[in-house]
Amino acid sequence: MRYESPDTLEAAAKLLASESGEARILAGGTDLLVQIRSEVLSPALVVDIKKVAETRTIKEEAGGFRIGAAVTGAELKEHSALKKVWPGLVEAANLIGSTQVQGRASLGGNLCNGSPAADSVPAMIAAGAVASIVGPNGRRDLKVEDIMLAPRKLALQKGEIIASFLLPKRAPHSGDAYLRFIPRTEMDIAVVGCGVSLTLDGSGTCAAARVSLGAVAARPLLVEDAAKALIGSKIDDAALEKMAAAARAACKPIDDKRGTIEFRTDVAGVLAKRTALIALERARKG
Amino acid sequence: MKHHVTTTINGDETEFLCDTEQTLLDCLRDELELTGTKEGCGSGDCGACSVLLDGRLVCSCLVLGVEVGGKKIDTIEGMATGDKLHPLQRKFLEHAALQCGICTPGVLVAAKSLLEKNPNPTETEVRYWLAGNLCRCTGYDKIIRAVMDAAAEMRGA
Repeated sequence: MRYESPDTLEAAAKLLASESGEARILAGGTDLLVQIRSEVLSPALVVDIKKVAETRTIKEEAGGFRIGAAVTGAELKEHSALKKVWPGLVEAANLIGSTQVQGRASLGGNLCNGSPAADSVPAMIAAGAVASIVGPNGRRDLKVEDIMLAPRKLALQKGEIIASFLLPKRAPHSGDAYLRFIPRTEMDIAVVGCGVSLTLDGSGTCAAARVSLGAVAARPLLVEDAAKALIGSKIDDAALEKMAAAARAACKPIDDKRGTIEFRTDVAGVLAKRTALIALERARKG
Repeated sequence: MKHHVTTTINGDETEFLCDTEQTLLDCLRDELELTGTKEGCGSGDCGACSVLLDGRLVCSCLVLGVEVGGKKIDTIEGMATGDKLHPLQRKFLEHAALQCGICTPGVLVAAKSLLEKNPNPTETEVRYWLAGNLCRCTGYDKIIRAVMDAAAEMRGA
């Protein structure tokens, strides 16, 4: 295994693109190193992207925030301006693993590991995050909901690297939230995860909403019908029930020891309601 | 090819040679004979290998040795000052907060990191912070009591 830690994304993309064997990007390493150790992966090349400043920086941009793909959950939590605007996303990132894991694990890694149960991904999708991707042919943008296609399968070409995520400018009276169901209280993988972001107008009517579900399909889902159930409503019980029904209708979960199809589908509706209520409370205060 | 890594461990500039595959934990234990840091699971689940990397609590089994060039690492070996134990270490003895001891260095490093950020944690905060440090002997209560007691003493000191 060869290790490279270039200073630029262009150099990193070139290294990844020109490697004939298996090549992997190293950010926090909390998934990659486990997979190498257990011989799930045996890369010929590991490219550490943390020496590239963009991947390790949070900055305000276009009224929103640009978050480096290798910024850790712990760093997100310490960024008070970000936490104030996107508390749901910051909380989602800090549900990943333990304190130790949160000291290394990143949004880019959580997405690119390609697990449908990744906690930060529904929160990013709900937030409308857009990934900035650098590859051998330059830079392009891709919405987070379009990146993961199936377990371990991404819409990235050989040599492409997610450099950062742009979280859009926030309208007044907006709020986000992420909740997951796990059978324990800490340190577990989501059986269902739900991210909701919404904006109220001056009269308290829902003007915009995005609802995303994790762990209920082969990829994290943006559930447009669930958002439509909220938009134009006062987010009353009837709207919440309609949203929950849309969330359940979108589920195509696996059946395993951690949750049956029936259970995951039911919980998706329950969690969507609870998550929307937290986002609503935050939007009213914001 | 061996990598030549220069780093600062417990305040001392330290150099070592390592293979790409070696984790920071492997380097500490096998190359530098700093065997206070323990290996439990090797997959980031148990916290026995906890160290600080540039002041941030991490599992050293989830860091490559070659990544730490130019960085600052703090391990359990740097916790006592000569023969003088850190208050957390003393309180762990007083409260019998360890039995087999394998998890103890990691728990101590993690607890010290918490108290540096939050000198007055609630019991809930201590339990959540230490959720990534597994102990199969004590049932945790003694560990939590020792951390709370050490925190109280350190606030008074």
